[in-house]
Amino acid sequence: MAVIDSSREPALPSTRGLSGVQAVPRRTPITWVRGGGLTTLLFLLPLLFVFGAFSWYPIVRTVIMSLQHTNLVQPATWVGFRNFEQVWHDPLFPVAVKNTAYFAGLALLFGYPIPLVAAVLMSEVRKRRGIYSALAYLPVVIPPVVAVLLWKVFYDASSLGAFNTVLGWVHLGPYPWLQSQGWAMPSLVLESTWANAGATVIIYLAALTGVQTELYEAASVDGAGILRKVWHVTLPQLRGVLLVTMILQIIGTAQVFLEPYLFTSGGPANATLTVLLMIFNYAFGNSLGGNYGAATALSLMLAGFLAVFSLVYLRATRSWSTR
Amino acid sequence: MSDGEGSGGLISHAEWERPSVRWGIGSLQALLLVGLVVFGLGPILWLTKSAITPTLDTITHPMGLFTHGTAWSNLKEAWTTVHVGRYFWNTVVLAFGSWASQLVVAATGGFALSVLRPKYATLINGLLLTTLFVPAVVLLVPLYIEIVHPPLVHHSFIDSYWAVWLPAGASAFNVVLVKRFFDNLPREIFEAARIDGAGPFRLFWSIVLPMSKPILGVVSIFAVLASWKDFLWPLLVLTNPSEQPLSVRLPSIQAQTSLGVFLASMFIACLVPIAGFLVFQRSFLRGGGLGGAIKG
Repeated sequence: MAVIDSSREPALPSTRGLSGVQAVPRRTPITWVRGGGLTTLLFLLPLLFVFGAFSWYPIVRTVIMSLQHTNLVQPATWVGFRNFEQVWHDPLFPVAVKNTAYFAGLALLFGYPIPLVAAVLMSEVRKRRGIYSALAYLPVVIPPVVAVLLWKVFYDASSLGAFNTVLGWVHLGPYPWLQSQGWAMPSLVLESTWANAGATVIIYLAALTGVQTELYEAASVDGAGILRKVWHVTLPQLRGVLLVTMILQIIGTAQVFLEPYLFTSGGPANATLTVLLMIFNYAFGNSLGGNYGAATALSLMLAGFLAVFSLVYLRATRSWSTR
Repeated sequence: MSDGEGSGGLISHAEWERPSVRWGIGSLQALLLVGLVVFGLGPILWLTKSAITPTLDTITHPMGLFTHGTAWSNLKEAWTTVHVGRYFWNTVVLAFGSWASQLVVAATGGFALSVLRPKYATLINGLLLTTLFVPAVVLLVPLYIEIVHPPLVHHSFIDSYWAVWLPAGASAFNVVLVKRFFDNLPREIFEAARIDGAGPFRLFWSIVLPMSKPILGVVSIFAVLASWKDFLWPLLVLTNPSEQPLSVRLPSIQAQTSLGVFLASMFIACLVPIAGFLVFQRSFLRGGGLGGAIKG
């Protein structure tokens, strides 16, 4: 019985452990060990070590480093918010922010509606639906480096490039793809959408199985056609998932690194320089030693922005997501 | 018709009977299938074809199909001359270690937090959930510095596989997933085992682990896949080319060899994930939603 009682404990507010409860009579180290406290700690040891060393400590360290000047050779000195000021006044900062927002916006435009339409159609496939979802998910399992480098071959700007050849069949192009400032970012987003859309499709497919069939039946009885049912039943039923995938996609694309790094290294003329690439360049781009202060400051600025953005987003959509 | 295998209920049986609906939706679905084959499978088929096509043919006729025969030598040359075989092995070793570290941390941690439940479990849970909300980029620089200049131990872990294996274990998502699964195991069985005299270790090894094969399988699949995909972290901490995994080497391979051999190397890099996907398709598509959602 004791086990069942204690099973409800985590549901209580966490503040409880901090105050009154510690005053349990006569809890000595010996009773703690006898009660299995040491064994429990032994089981938690891998988790505590790995998270302590490689997650919790580095998070705290980031905050400290953002207020310091560090180059790993001389001892660190406190510089207050000067790292943040340096990043803020870096002429590349607004460029990177603009590019990242552009990437995230384009990724929403390309990658948000297509998986939804595909998933709704796929959920009504009557035979061999597995083939559809397997095909949709296949690009997701390709290592991202391979995906990017393969698409880089496709994006060959000469008329003999793979994409330009195919488009040439219908007398289009040749297009410059990665080599033009205007085309580079959409090209990156296109590859990124290809690589990630399958995961979103699978999420929607799972959510679609949760739509109550009675609602469809009721709508049918009321004379609703298929499109009306999609609009008035499917989408409202999915809105919770739709809102979550949207914010997750924004958070994910705001941290895009691999595509600009491998496709264009931020070029041409900084047209694809993203915030993460800028962080990378601050920390590791200079062979003379990294500007770790600026790198951590910028990463905290990004994390802070994303946190505030997510909160505002959840606030703004709360009434809509729960009705 | 009557199998009703994939009906999500959106389209009723009466509607399916109508020819306009059947043809309309049917052709849309056929179009979708064509689209999925062309865009989802197409690039991978192209890579497969080009991996065994002479470089010159791929350059001059990228969409041609074996205009001047095949070049199986690409694969052989990639594996031996370009040392893809070695990098492949490195990738396997890195994936294996990351898998082991993730599994140990998630299983023992999940067990302690879900079954043993010390008083401070709430605190640890809270800290774990917090890390879920911290973007990975925040960790990048301090983690790198920690590997170069670790506290307490005065020995750099750069070029050591431990620098990849251990941080891989710090996946809060895994722990939460495993803990949730353990939470749903029937408590009566634990209680019965305790009455029969099983201690925590026995409970963990002989009861909880065998009952948790499904979730441990899902965690394992995604651990191996994530490690296979990893690029930035191994790039930073493994500086010696002969120790680097395939994904880190591929950009350099591109610079030092012919296009055909490079494409063959990329083809080899895809083999394990694709084979794993085909074998464990069910787990991928069931857990894929979750994994993808968190990774973002």
